[in-house]
Amino acid sequence: MVETVKIIRFHAEKCRGHYDCEKACSQVQFGDDTGGDHSAIRIVKSNGGFSMVNCDQCGLCIDVCPVQALKRLPSGVVTVNKELCIGCMSCVAFCPVDGMRRAKGMVYPHKCISCGACVRACPEGALELVEVPISEVERVVYYHQGVCD
Amino acid sequence: MSEECLNHAETARTIGRGNGPFITGNTERTHDIDRLRSGHKVLAEYTFERRPVKRGYAGRILYVNLTDLEIREIPLTSDVKEKFTGGKGFGLKMTWDLMGPDTRWNDPENILALNSGPLNGTTQYSGMGKCLSTTVSPSTNIICDSNAGGYFAPYLKFSGFDSLILQGKAREDILVFIDGTAGKVTIETAPYEETNSHLLSEQLTYMYAAEDSESARQKVAVVSAGKGSENSYWGILNISFYDPRRRVTRMKQHGRGGLGTVFRDKKLKALVARIEGFNGMTNDPQDIDRITETGIKHNREIRDLDMHENNMRTVGTGNLVEIMDAYDLLPTENYRFGSFPKASRIYSTRFYKRFTQGIPDGCWYGCNIACSKAVDGFVLRTGPYKGERVTVDGPEYETIGGGANMSVWDVDWILEFNFYCDTYGLDTISTATAIAFYMEMYEYGILNKERCDGLELCFGNAEAVLEFLHRIASGDRSEFIQVASKGVRRMKDHLIAKGWGDPDLIENCGMEVKGLEYSEYVCKESLAQQGGYALASKGPQHDEAWLIFMDMVNNQIPTFKDKAEALHYFPIWRTWFAIVGLCKLPWNDIVPADNASTDEPAKIPEHVRNYAEIMSGILGREITPQDLMDQSERVYNWQRAMNVWMGKGRRKDDIPPYRSMGPVTEMEYLSRKERYDNQLKELVGISPEELSSMSIADRIRVLREHRYEEYNKLVDAVYYRRGWTPNGVPSPKKMRELGFSDEKEMLEMLQKAIDDDDAAGLNVWGGSYGEGDEIPCDDPRYWE
Repeated sequence: MVETVKIIRFHAEKCRGHYDCEKACSQVQFGDDTGGDHSAIRIVKSNGGFSMVNCDQCGLCIDVCPVQALKRLPSGVVTVNKELCIGCMSCVAFCPVDGMRRAKGMVYPHKCISCGACVRACPEGALELVEVPISEVERVVYYHQGVCD
Repeated sequence: MSEECLNHAETARTIGRGNGPFITGNTERTHDIDRLRSGHKVLAEYTFERRPVKRGYAGRILYVNLTDLEIREIPLTSDVKEKFTGGKGFGLKMTWDLMGPDTRWNDPENILALNSGPLNGTTQYSGMGKCLSTTVSPSTNIICDSNAGGYFAPYLKFSGFDSLILQGKAREDILVFIDGTAGKVTIETAPYEETNSHLLSEQLTYMYAAEDSESARQKVAVVSAGKGSENSYWGILNISFYDPRRRVTRMKQHGRGGLGTVFRDKKLKALVARIEGFNGMTNDPQDIDRITETGIKHNREIRDLDMHENNMRTVGTGNLVEIMDAYDLLPTENYRFGSFPKASRIYSTRFYKRFTQGIPDGCWYGCNIACSKAVDGFVLRTGPYKGERVTVDGPEYETIGGGANMSVWDVDWILEFNFYCDTYGLDTISTATAIAFYMEMYEYGILNKERCDGLELCFGNAEAVLEFLHRIASGDRSEFIQVASKGVRRMKDHLIAKGWGDPDLIENCGMEVKGLEYSEYVCKESLAQQGGYALASKGPQHDEAWLIFMDMVNNQIPTFKDKAEALHYFPIWRTWFAIVGLCKLPWNDIVPADNASTDEPAKIPEHVRNYAEIMSGILGREITPQDLMDQSERVYNWQRAMNVWMGKGRRKDDIPPYRSMGPVTEMEYLSRKERYDNQLKELVGISPEELSSMSIADRIRVLREHRYEEYNKLVDAVYYRRGWTPNGVPSPKKMRELGFSDEKEMLEMLQKAIDDDDAAGLNVWGGSYGEGDEIPCDDPRYWE
């Protein structure tokens, strides 16, 4: 039984917009340091500061995947199995926090695996890897939608 | 594979998240795969070169002759691609090339074609896995096209073929196995497998899966019919898609026109396609970003709006039941009425509770409309599988509407009806519509228990309905079952020949055109839908011109001209889905939030642009929305021309029974008296005094004359708009404009038909036009 999962926590007040996290992430995801759409974590300007867009390991995507390519590992982290993935990007479309990402030209999506590379890369200490109970993040959203009397 | 791995009883498990546990369906059977396989003898084998799909096309057509056991490839020429695009376009073209006009459904020459299409198999946009099939229908004796989801068409293409053409008749039960992993096609005897689809598709999925894994089972697609298909004109093809969460081989249906009847007549037990693997690049799109970004945008619309629009993801097309009931359009007691006090018992809220929620229910990968709902763990109450726990695919709106039509207001009986129709290979629509007609005849005493061979087919008798299905499937030879299982048209002829009732009443009440039963909408008040049904190429199925919603619910085509134009535009637009291999629901069962403020909301312009984007991205050349219409208009006219060729493409073949146009009986008139009285006053110009002196029978007669006159005027306008003669024949001039200048035989055939009509004086308007009335065209020979 998976009880906890590590997620990335963002401290907006510390972020200075270096984007080193994105570069570090794209090293993990694609072996380059272009950041941007090659990164799972995205830093966006908002209200004069910055905010983070990233997977919170809620697992909603597991429910929309038609080929069960998305799984929650024993560590609690949700991952994409590219052997099974058929590239429909339903997970990208349905992710409520835009945490499932697609890079240009790519058949498969990519996402945060809570490896902590971004945390280590941030010179300001704006990112933190924290362990939280699964029950705090897990969502089974769609089932609750639609008609019901 | 050992038989243990199929012992589902041992592995039956509870799955599901957040929705409580449920037992997987179809789980309590053990199949001895080794024994089943031991009966297989390879009768013919063909090895083909494995080649990847190029820009949406495999580039080859697979031809299989079951009489001669011949298997060969037909290269796809650029001319055929340009003129017919794909899907049913290829099926129609191959049928024209390989078959004569007098071929009937059970002649060995009859062709059953299963087709994909250039967009088919795409995973990045919803609804891209439809199989489009054509054959000569037993009900109509013209070409019937039918479409279904499931995995067969994409797997056929990924194996190397855009279409599969089946001709001839086998001598014993066989299956055709298309092995895309080994590059091999075999014809094999299949004596031991079950015939009924829910078991057969499960057996073959396990038998042909490359290994014992959920993923391997997902890469097998099975096409099958059932015992009902053998013994009726309502045969369907069930196309499988393995559901790894339910651990069930599920099925979608080629419902209309008796494709399964032809399938079993050819002694086909099954078709099996297997592939190694695929992804979003297997269809070889030229610009993956273009199609993926369009798909993500559309899927986000579904995510955000479906729950506010149609709830397709939670209840499927069943969401329509309550809307149709509210607008007096839900067929009740053989279309006599459009609503009923008990209807709320079968509203989608009732089915919502029964459908297992939270599972991706697309019948092709990446479809997020996900309307293929299923009821798991349903325990059957009747028939050969009584007491067994099964998964019921659906029901969709049409099946629930069929329940209403038979006055069966009970979720469980509708599920039971749905399950047995599917596994027996019976079309729920034709079956329900026909039974509803028999029930009405029973009510009038034209049929009775004795004439129905012991069946008490009164409205609402669900047990008799199920008994009827079981007797069809068992091959019952009694007279009633033999006639009744061939549908409304044959039953009308039977009742009239026996002299059991007023021929006019029988003709008016039986809901068929061209020999095919109506689908489940009351269109008495919708002139546009009357035309949508009766003018449809294959017979009265709503997929060609589902105008009822825009006409009656959204009021988007209020004027006569709007309706005539809609009957030009929408059949052509809707045909487009059938030539590229797509489902129509992602086009109009979800609409963008700002759709209502666009110039033409009924067309859903943004989604039309999406499709042009996707097609451009796959083919690698710019395609405009107008190009899509041009592609489609060619095939649409070709199909009508083939109807002319086969003897059912004239005005006389496009006339609906009066039940679809207005009240046939006094009871119907009285049930909506205010509405009809007002129409007589306002539309026909009868004064209140005059009206009060008229009997109900007179009022029915006058209203009927008025409605047929309106209908004929509509047909005049539509034929003219389509470039057809006033008798409904596509003119050679029109066909040349569409690009068929080189198709000399087709042009000559049409010219001869027009000349024959001329000689018979049939090239005249159907409506009567007085002074001040607008004639569709002043030129009396406009088609020349």
